Amino acid sequence: MELLVFLILFPALAALLFCILPNSRLRDTIVVVVSAIIIVATLYLFVVFAGAGTVYFDINSGMISQIMTGLEVIISAGLLYLAAKYRQYLIAGLVVVQLGVVLYAESLIHETAALNNLFIDPFSIIMAMIIGIIGSLICIYSVGYMRDYHAHHDDMPDKRRWFFALLFVFLAAMYGVVFSNNLFWLFFFWEVTTLCSFLLIGYSWDEQARKNAFWALLLNLTGGLGFAATFVWIGLTDPSGSLIMMDTLIAAGPAVAMIPAALIGFAGLTKAAQMPFSSWLVGAMVAPTPVSALLHSSTMVKAGVYVIVRFAPIYDASMVGYIISLVGGVTFLLASGIAISQSNAKKVLAYSTIANLGLVVACAGIGTYAAVWAAILLIIFHAVAKSLLFLSVGTVEHKIGSRDIEDMTGLVGRLPTLGLMMIIGIAGMFLAPFGMLISKWAALLAFIDAQYGFILILLLAFGSAVTVFFWTKWLGKLVAVAWKPEPMEVKISSHEYTALVPLTVLMVAVCIGFPLLSSELVVPYVFSIYGMAATLGQANTIIMVMMVFMVLVMPLSLFHFRKDRKILPHYVGGRPSTPDMHFKGSIGVQRPVALGNYYLADYFGEQRLSHIGNGLCIAFIALMLIMLLMGVII
Amino acid sequence: MSYITKSPWIIHYDGSSCNGCDIEVLACLTPLYDLERFGIVNTGNPKHADVFLITGGINEQSRAVVKNTYEQMPDPKVVVAIGICAATGGVFRECYNIMGGVDKVIPVDVYVPGCAARPESIIDGVVSALGILEEKRAKMAEKGGKKQ
Amino acid sequence: MITEIIFAIGFIIFAPFIGALIGGIDRKVTARMQGRVGPPVLQPLYDVFKLFEKEKAVVRNEVNFYIFSYLIFVVFTGALFFSGSDILLVIFALTLAHVFLILGAYAAVSPYSHIGAERELLQLMAVEPMLILAATGFYMATGSFAVKDIALWPEPIFMTIPLIFVGIVYVLTIKLRKSPFDLATSHHAHQELVKGLTTEFAGPTLGMVEIAHLYETVFFLGIVWLFFASMPWVGLLVVIIVYFIEILVDNTTTRVRWQVMLRSAWLVALVAGAVNLGVLALM
Repeated sequence: MELLVFLILFPALAALLFCILPNSRLRDTIVVVVSAIIIVATLYLFVVFAGAGTVYFDINSGMISQIMTGLEVIISAGLLYLAAKYRQYLIAGLVVVQLGVVLYAESLIHETAALNNLFIDPFSIIMAMIIGIIGSLICIYSVGYMRDYHAHHDDMPDKRRWFFALLFVFLAAMYGVVFSNNLFWLFFFWEVTTLCSFLLIGYSWDEQARKNAFWALLLNLTGGLGFAATFVWIGLTDPSGSLIMMDTLIAAGPAVAMIPAALIGFAGLTKAAQMPFSSWLVGAMVAPTPVSALLHSSTMVKAGVYVIVRFAPIYDASMVGYIISLVGGVTFLLASGIAISQSNAKKVLAYSTIANLGLVVACAGIGTYAAVWAAILLIIFHAVAKSLLFLSVGTVEHKIGSRDIEDMTGLVGRLPTLGLMMIIGIAGMFLAPFGMLISKWAALLAFIDAQYGFILILLLAFGSAVTVFFWTKWLGKLVAVAWKPEPMEVKISSHEYTALVPLTVLMVAVCIGFPLLSSELVVPYVFSIYGMAATLGQANTIIMVMMVFMVLVMPLSLFHFRKDRKILPHYVGGRPSTPDMHFKGSIGVQRPVALGNYYLADYFGEQRLSHIGNGLCIAFIALMLIMLLMGVII
Repeated sequence: MSYITKSPWIIHYDGSSCNGCDIEVLACLTPLYDLERFGIVNTGNPKHADVFLITGGINEQSRAVVKNTYEQMPDPKVVVAIGICAATGGVFRECYNIMGGVDKVIPVDVYVPGCAARPESIIDGVVSALGILEEKRAKMAEKGGKKQ
Repeated sequence: MITEIIFAIGFIIFAPFIGALIGGIDRKVTARMQGRVGPPVLQPLYDVFKLFEKEKAVVRNEVNFYIFSYLIFVVFTGALFFSGSDILLVIFALTLAHVFLILGAYAAVSPYSHIGAERELLQLMAVEPMLILAATGFYMATGSFAVKDIALWPEPIFMTIPLIFVGIVYVLTIKLRKSPFDLATSHHAHQELVKGLTTEFAGPTLGMVEIAHLYETVFFLGIVWLFFASMPWVGLLVVIIVYFIEILVDNTTTRVRWQVMLRSAWLVALVAGAVNLGVLALM
């Protein structure tokens, strides 16, 4: 129990320290040390609890709950002040309503039964590892990145001390989310992540950042309202407060828990940036890249899918669950489509995150054991691959001065190490035999046996085709090395390398070690809930691992192909061309060849597809809420 | 045994001809003559080609293109100059912009005379070019063997 | 286990020859349709052997690595299929192979091969949904993803998923690089953008692409056969008829724009998938 409390409190206390420390080498060192401690503690957590199943911790909630309520009031007051200052009256209204609802609900519930406020099970361990290891690596990375960032933006006030404080508060809150069994506690940490993301998105506080930050806040507060409504429902149906414990609520089954599960699912959809709420995550890319990495891989959106996956057993074979699945499936297809039309690397990553979360949500909404297994694998692979991609894009952006994919032409020639890391990350996102593909496969298996699953399969089939398109053309840009380029002066800060190298290793390791990962962590969790678990067949696993090795060995063939080849110039319609891609144009003028990718904006334009997606998903969610209301009334 | 004579792929370039010979070259691919019987395929790309068919004389504009196209063909390769213009410049020989026949720019292996060259003689020219192609291949293989 | 390995090795050894024979007959039939005599039946083999007699010339050394990987993974895909493995795995391995081919074309950094690569990507995107839906259809018909179980299913699967079969035949035209869908690169006499993504591949590099194509032909016809696996000879007949139709279509249509290809392939996949799988799911 101490370990759990430590993991929640330690980053929070460290954050207090960072509020005080000025910019200095000392602060940088302490960031690294704190991150290292978090990683070690998380690994220790794994060692201690890996085989232990579900463990509950009896913490007296009285005092702590009061502190949390107090903090919530303070946070609300702060948000009200900001909202009033920038005339965001809608947000002010939401904050007031939410606080009112929560306080009203708390007055309804006498928390006599609240005992096991903290818990840990294999799923929590997986989430803790993602938060602890990937999140901490991102913190280490930001030390180097933010130094560069402020060197590039010297007109901006240097608020780095708040930045680091917020990062660690974020991690603390995430630990809180995944360890809390008391829904009040979970909600408190949930709102803290909303607050942190708001402040981090608005870090530069210029007009654009402010606008996007408030937008993110607005959407997440809307979701929070759904969460708060859950408490009212619990307060009205069961004043004793036993249902406020997540395990009791889920164990009560769909007959009791369907309404709270749907409301919390709604909150999860907003946080996981599903359509129609996806725009906040796209807007969040105005933040410094480590923030994007954090939001996309290990925190924030993962909190959203975490609660949905938690409540998956309730959704099993229900209409509500199916609607949530449809929202996820539609989001997967359309967000992937939008990614085709984007050339801004961070935007492509943002839409691919939204898409993959859609797939997780689709699996969780189906709620069968196979689906939950697939969902958790997706969460793991996505976290690793996406953090690696964001961080390498961030570093590349600082080196080449652009985050446009078109400007990354021939990156493996110019920045070989970074280019290779990016390739590994991208391969991990969509290619057989690497991570995400295994999960997509698992998702397909899960959908097939579900009722009306064929609609989800259609969404998945088209969506994954689209995914192949936009990732491959990005890969193509990276490998298009026109001529022996002079390697750029590579001076990447050691902090950035400290994060990138382990993430790359981790990516390869989870790809090779996924059978182990599945059998040690994912299967025990799924088994503990459903009494059965899905796995890939042994023969298939062997073939997959074989393919991984083939892909890893194949580059050795380069040694053979390097020998004794005649290098011919490129064919440019017979015009004489030079190896650096110039050709002799008309009247003898040397002209450069510029190659651009297809973006198919007429078909996959952002506007067009997000209109369709938002419309569909709003209709789905409205349908779900109407069904709930009818359920309440009847 | 050599397969290059069984599957010679051609590329066809019009230097600055009057198009008479070009039409005849394409006529070879029609059902009447059916060059594909011999495995001959008309490619559009020097990198895939073994036989380079040129019609017309060489002028200042086409010189670089002919040279580039020739260089882009991987060995072994042969060049067939089709028509009298490709051989010597023909009736255009005295024009201010004509340099002369194809052999002013690249080595030519077979000359097919005529104005315009008849499909039969073009086929005949290509077939004799195949003999030269085979010789070149044998020489190349020998050289490659020596190296190892 | 031994039988599976024998089938896989059998595929690896014999598929190129069978593929070459099919290709040769294809060219012969095409020639006859055009009133010509046509090349010898073994012409595709001569072509491949010739390409390996040529000089090893490349634009960039790396290109060969990608193309070699493409070849290896195409062979791997086919071997997986004919040894009766999971059909989804087969499809994913095929996608991986094609991604390598596309990367090879990108790595050549040439305008022609670049356009070819983009178009090949479009073709990949057009075909992928139908393949996944076909795998789903096989599963819904037989309860298994393993090609072995599907092949041993006592009834013709075609009867359960006829629309999926139509869809597969439709995308087969794209995969066999036949007109009207030979956008990325085309086979024998057709030319598009000086042969699209293979523009920069010369000699042995092109030879590897050709060999991979021979393997692919056999693999795809294997998928067609799978719909009739319970009646092997009928299956063979259907394969012959389907391939004949492909040749006929190849010779009677002109190349379309990518918009038409993508839209029509997706529409076919959507209708075939939604109707056929929907009926199966609701029954």
